[in-house]
Amino acid sequence: MATVTSSRVATARRTTIGLKILMAGTGIVFVLYVLLHMYGNLKALQGEEAFNTYAEHLRTFGEPILPYGGLLWIVRVVLLLSLVGHAYAAYTLWSRAGNARRTKYAAVKTAARTAWMRWGGTFILLFVVWHLLEFTILKISVNPDKQGPNITQNPYELLVASFQVWWLTLIYVAALVALAFHLSHGVFSASQTLGLTGSAGAYRRSKMTGHALAAVIVVGFLIPPLAILFGLIK
Amino acid sequence: MNLTLKIWRQAGPRHTGELTTYKVQDISEDMSFLEMLDVLNEELIAKGEEPVAFDSDCREGICGMCGLMISGEAHGPERTTTCQLHMRSFSDGEVITIEPWRANAFPVIKDLVVDRSSFDRIIQAGGYISVNTGAAPEANAAPVPKPNADRAFMAAECIGCGACVAACPNASAMLFMGAKVTHLSELPQGQPERSARVLSMVDQHDAEGFGGCTNVGACSRACPKGIPQDVISTLNKDLRTSLRG
Repeated sequence: MATVTSSRVATARRTTIGLKILMAGTGIVFVLYVLLHMYGNLKALQGEEAFNTYAEHLRTFGEPILPYGGLLWIVRVVLLLSLVGHAYAAYTLWSRAGNARRTKYAAVKTAARTAWMRWGGTFILLFVVWHLLEFTILKISVNPDKQGPNITQNPYELLVASFQVWWLTLIYVAALVALAFHLSHGVFSASQTLGLTGSAGAYRRSKMTGHALAAVIVVGFLIPPLAILFGLIK
Repeated sequence: MNLTLKIWRQAGPRHTGELTTYKVQDISEDMSFLEMLDVLNEELIAKGEEPVAFDSDCREGICGMCGLMISGEAHGPERTTTCQLHMRSFSDGEVITIEPWRANAFPVIKDLVVDRSSFDRIIQAGGYISVNTGAAPEANAAPVPKPNADRAFMAAECIGCGACVAACPNASAMLFMGAKVTHLSELPQGQPERSARVLSMVDQHDAEGFGGCTNVGACSRACPKGIPQDVISTLNKDLRTSLRG
């Protein structure tokens, strides 16, 4: 007896689930990167030499097979491609969702977490642009007392000078709160999208992993800026 | 009980609608929500006005025909169908807003009645198994492990009422589709067409204009049959496996 066959693989890739798989995959890249980034930040607790040596090692890593800064550029390209994929999928799905219900309800009982993901994600995107301009591309010191190349060209000094400014620390705290919300749902959402939560136990574990990862990342990232703001690191 | 009802009135698919306020008096708290609407309609007919159109059939919670958005909750405050919702779940003097399911894939036909043919087309796209006609095969010929049978039965409880779509912030039908896909994927009879099924159904789902899933779980909380969110995981996994070709 003949059964039904389908040759719709190509069109299915562009479906909402196809886009979600793209978002989940790129999201995993970001989670791994953020954990490494957090480890690097915590090096600041070991002092100026350890922190700056770590920064230099990131550039000499893999030499002589890779050129100077080679690994860093590979990471940057992967991150940039992931960012394009993640944002493209997110904004496409956002617009599809908007079109799927053009007449809104008059009475709404519960606020949806989707708004947190979408607006929070947009905020994180804007924050990342500022963060890259500040510490990677332009190396801006926002501290009026600490200016000049001996601050901006020294990673440790730039870090300390920046987070001695309270409003800058506040921006970073806000970004971390947004990231925490994003991850506590995003990690679960990615496992669900990749089909890893097909049982009640796996479903629960994945939700817990999301909350735990969000907590670890927020605490890990908050330690250096707060230690600087309160003068524990000078 | 005395209640104030704000009900969506819309004369036809191409008409614009609006919320109209009605008062109902002496409603028994033992009435079902639909019986309360029957009382309103009898009063409207007696006054020579057009009664409120709403869907219902079995009125015992198994057919999936009824479904109203009641003050922002699909099927109202209890986890059940609208026909099995009783007026004791409301308080005297309450203002209740009653709207149809809102989704572009569920166009309003009249008042609170929506067209859910898009669900039928998703099923037609692949939500079935092919069998030879003739005598039914012996039911126990294909052994099914108990956990798979349990999960298949759980998923098969879906009555296709559309509450998942109505409650979803993205108007996505993933819980409905996940239930159908899980139901068949757990059973040996579903295996030959497993890959073709999910590809065709997901394609049809998107073509109907449903949104994507953000995994927030509003669907499962609204589902009168308590279909869990993990059926969407099974759907996603089946699609991912099928995409590899």
